[in-house]
Amino acid sequence: MSDLIRQSAAVLAEAIRRREVSAVEVTTAHLDRIGAVDDQVHAFLHVDAEAALAAAAGVDARIAAGEVLGPLAGVPLALKDVLTMHGVPTTCGSRILQGWRPPYDASVVERLRAADIIILGKTNMDEFAMGSSTEHSAYGPTRNPWDLDRIPGGSGGGSAAALAAFEAPLAIGTDTGGSIRQPAAVTGTVGVKPTYGAVPRYGLVALASSLDQAGPCARNVMDTALLHAVIAGHDPRDSTSLDVPVPDVVAAAQRADVRGMRIGLVRQLTGEGYQAGVSQRFEEAVRILEHLGATIVEVDCPSFDYALGAYYLILPSEASSNLARFDGMRYGLRLGDDGEHSVEQVMSLTREAGFGAEVKRRIMLGTYALSSGYYDAYYGSAQKVRTLIQRDFAAAFASADVLVSPTAPTTAFRIGEKVDDPLAMYLNDIATIPVNLAGNAAMSLPVGLAAEDGLPVGLQVMAPAMADERLYLVGAALEAALRDQWGHLLIEEAPAL
Amino acid sequence: MTGITRAEVAHLARLARLELSEDELDHYAGQLDVILQSVARVSEVATPDIPATSHPIPLVNVFREDIVQAGLDRAEVLACAPAHQDDRFRVPRILDEE
Repeated sequence: MSDLIRQSAAVLAEAIRRREVSAVEVTTAHLDRIGAVDDQVHAFLHVDAEAALAAAAGVDARIAAGEVLGPLAGVPLALKDVLTMHGVPTTCGSRILQGWRPPYDASVVERLRAADIIILGKTNMDEFAMGSSTEHSAYGPTRNPWDLDRIPGGSGGGSAAALAAFEAPLAIGTDTGGSIRQPAAVTGTVGVKPTYGAVPRYGLVALASSLDQAGPCARNVMDTALLHAVIAGHDPRDSTSLDVPVPDVVAAAQRADVRGMRIGLVRQLTGEGYQAGVSQRFEEAVRILEHLGATIVEVDCPSFDYALGAYYLILPSEASSNLARFDGMRYGLRLGDDGEHSVEQVMSLTREAGFGAEVKRRIMLGTYALSSGYYDAYYGSAQKVRTLIQRDFAAAFASADVLVSPTAPTTAFRIGEKVDDPLAMYLNDIATIPVNLAGNAAMSLPVGLAAEDGLPVGLQVMAPAMADERLYLVGAALEAALRDQWGHLLIEEAPAL
Repeated sequence: MTGITRAEVAHLARLARLELSEDELDHYAGQLDVILQSVARVSEVATPDIPATSHPIPLVNVFREDIVQAGLDRAEVLACAPAHQDDRFRVPRILDEE
């Protein structure tokens, strides 16, 4: 098999199963690719070549012995550095966790290992997943493989860039306000935020616990479904983990059928504020869905206009509380412990040096929103908006099976363009955050290149909670139609690195 | 809702255990003010009749059987700490001598 790095995960897994290629060869090809291009892209914070090759050799030995392994056995994966992996550095893109080697595996990591997926290493991210560009990593930005002067999205820019640069065919991201979907959109890849609680959060370093959700990322819809099936399902170690059957996302991706489906256009997530080339590709994709047999309806979600405000109160509030654990006592950095400084001073010096600007901003914002006298006006009001957004979704899903919108208002912007303007950066999340506030499922998939800049555009599909399979019915149908039209997947048009 | 002052930012930083520099206080006071003015729009629609939602999926208490399970390996956990002593985390002094 030639050009191993450009194959899909499904094709690689099948070839490994048939012993047409070994898992070691596949892993080596991807490690070589990382060695060749990652100094330009900087998708990875840590690559564990030795462990990856050992795991691959184990897969080969077991296949040779006649064992039947899982559907993604031997396929390499890039893991966002916000999930713990036993003994492997986990930084969350922060200085404060530099050198931390967690004493346990995240639930997601356990499941990847059990599925014999080969974890290549940990990917770059905005510090503690706060950001939309990966510029807020303490370890320097990741670059978009489509244009190295541009951002790969965030916070999971490393995972998305690893896919787009053909450094890995699979990746794990986490999505609190769009951190899987917006990077997928701007890199021409696929990403899914499952229903809240569908993938356990055990070992996922918390940003905002009522919003955080890990999910699958890949270069096509079927690979994404196969990975979704591996990581989803109940884990009693996460008290918010859903104890319900996992929807058959793989069967849905195989069916790839939108006939008779009602697809809702959200009036509030189009028009003003969206780049012309983004709107154009989005509208073309909607016409394709109609042509494939779906009925297009317009839905009104007036509370979505307040979602950004609610999100940037709820998230900082939860984050300021969650990040209190980084106090320099049990793990990570500690500064000023010289016998002279008080414990409060040691904590303050450690956190001041260990956290970057965006993290400090959000900690203070959350501290303010939760303080007495302001609580009702800010945090309390935001929680009421959350109720309104849930009601809007419920009404919309009464007339539509799924909703669609552009994933992000623009294509990838230039590195440095918005890094000093927090509000401009926050606006990137305008179309993705309603889903997190309501706990629904959503996917982003590529629908073409914007005419004005030649950069990828993503379409977002939103489904009700626990109806994740609908994302795959729509995504796979649309992807197949676009593939017929172009003769290949969009990612094949990415410039050579 | 009124703007946020530099003194308030300094107070927040103390509460949040952040040893902000003078430059940072100036920088964040301006930025937090702009952000808060923008997000304060939520109060326009948050009328008293609307219940608050703290969590996307309705939650109930989750219990498990009271069975002893292995915890994390103590030596490994302590190895992660900035300082440890006698099988415990060593922290800066939290009480005065007297």
